[in-house]
Amino acid sequence: MDRLIPLLDWLEHTPLAVAIAQSTWAFPAIETVHVIALTLTIGTVLILDLRLLGLASLQHPYVAIRRDVQPWTWAAFGFAVVSGSLMFISQASEYFANTAFRIKLVLLALAGLNMLSFELIIRRRAAACEKGSAPWPGRIAALLSLVFWIAIVFFGRRIGFTMGPGEN
Amino acid sequence: MLALARWLSETAASGFLRERDWLIPLLQTIHIIAIATVLSSVLMIDLRVLRLARAQSQSIADAVGRFAAWIWGGLIVLALSGAPLIVAEPRRTLPNPMFQIKLTLLALAVAATIALLTCLRRNAGFREVSVKASGAARLLAVVTLALWCAVAVAGRFIAYTQPA
Repeated sequence: MDRLIPLLDWLEHTPLAVAIAQSTWAFPAIETVHVIALTLTIGTVLILDLRLLGLASLQHPYVAIRRDVQPWTWAAFGFAVVSGSLMFISQASEYFANTAFRIKLVLLALAGLNMLSFELIIRRRAAACEKGSAPWPGRIAALLSLVFWIAIVFFGRRIGFTMGPGEN
Repeated sequence: MLALARWLSETAASGFLRERDWLIPLLQTIHIIAIATVLSSVLMIDLRVLRLARAQSQSIADAVGRFAAWIWGGLIVLALSGAPLIVAEPRRTLPNPMFQIKLTLLALAVAATIALLTCLRRNAGFREVSVKASGAARLLAVVTLALWCAVAVAGRFIAYTQPA
C-alpha cells in the first residue's frame, strides 16, 4: 500500500486537484452533483431490486422495466464516479487513509461483483418472470444489492464525519 | 427561531442523538435513500410524460399508478428522518438561511407535484399508451424535476452555510 503514496501525492498536486482544494465553492458544488447522481443511481437500482423481490411493479415484465430504467442508472453512476473522483483527488492521501472511505470502496466492488454474477448466472432465469417475483437466486441478488447500496451511502456519509476539519 | 434552536439543543433527546457518532450518519443515510426514492419516482413519471423513457409500453396512468405512492411514502420517511436531524443539531439548521430556502423549495416542489398529478389525471387519454401529455403537463414535468433537485441541492448546502 505504501507504494501508492507517491501516486496519491502526485494526484493531490495536479492543477485540477489544487484548484478544487483551494476554491471555496468547488467542493460543495461537486458534492451536490455527487448527491443527485447517487440518489438517481440508487433510486433506479431500487426499482429493479424491488421488482425482482416481487415488491413493486408486478404487472410489468422485468425485462421491460430494465430497458426503461438501466440507461438512467448507468448515466447517473457515470456522474457519481466523475464527481466522486474529483472530490477524491482534492485530498487523495487523506481519503485513502480514511477507514470509512476504504470500506465504501470495498462495498462498491461487492455491489459490482453481485451485479456481474447476476448478469452472468441468474439473469436468464430471472428475466423469465413475466409476473410475480424472481426465482430465489434473483431475489438474493436483489436483496444483496439493496444491502450493499444502503451501506455504501452510510459509509459515504461517515467519510464526512471522520475526515479532519471540514463540513459534514 | 434562535431561542427555539438553543432550547432544542439543550434537550435530552438532542444530546442523545449527538453522543452516538454513528446515529447522525445513519439518519442521514435513511434521509438520502428516501430522497433517492422520491427523486427517481418523480424522474420516472416525468420521463413518461416527456416521452424520454426508451420503452413507451405503458400509459401515463400506469406510470402514475406505479410511482406516485412512492413519492408520498418517500416524503413521509424524509420528514421522519429529517425531524431528528433537526433535534440533534438545531443550531445548524433552524437559524440557517439555506434550511429556510430548502423548506420553501420543498413546499413549491410538493405543490408542483400535486399540480402535475392532477393535470395528468384530468387528461382524457390518461389510460391510453399512444396519447401525448398536454403542454401544461410537460412543462410541469420539467418544473417538478428541477424543483426536487433544487431541494436536494439546498439540503446539501446547509452544511456549507453559516447560520444567521
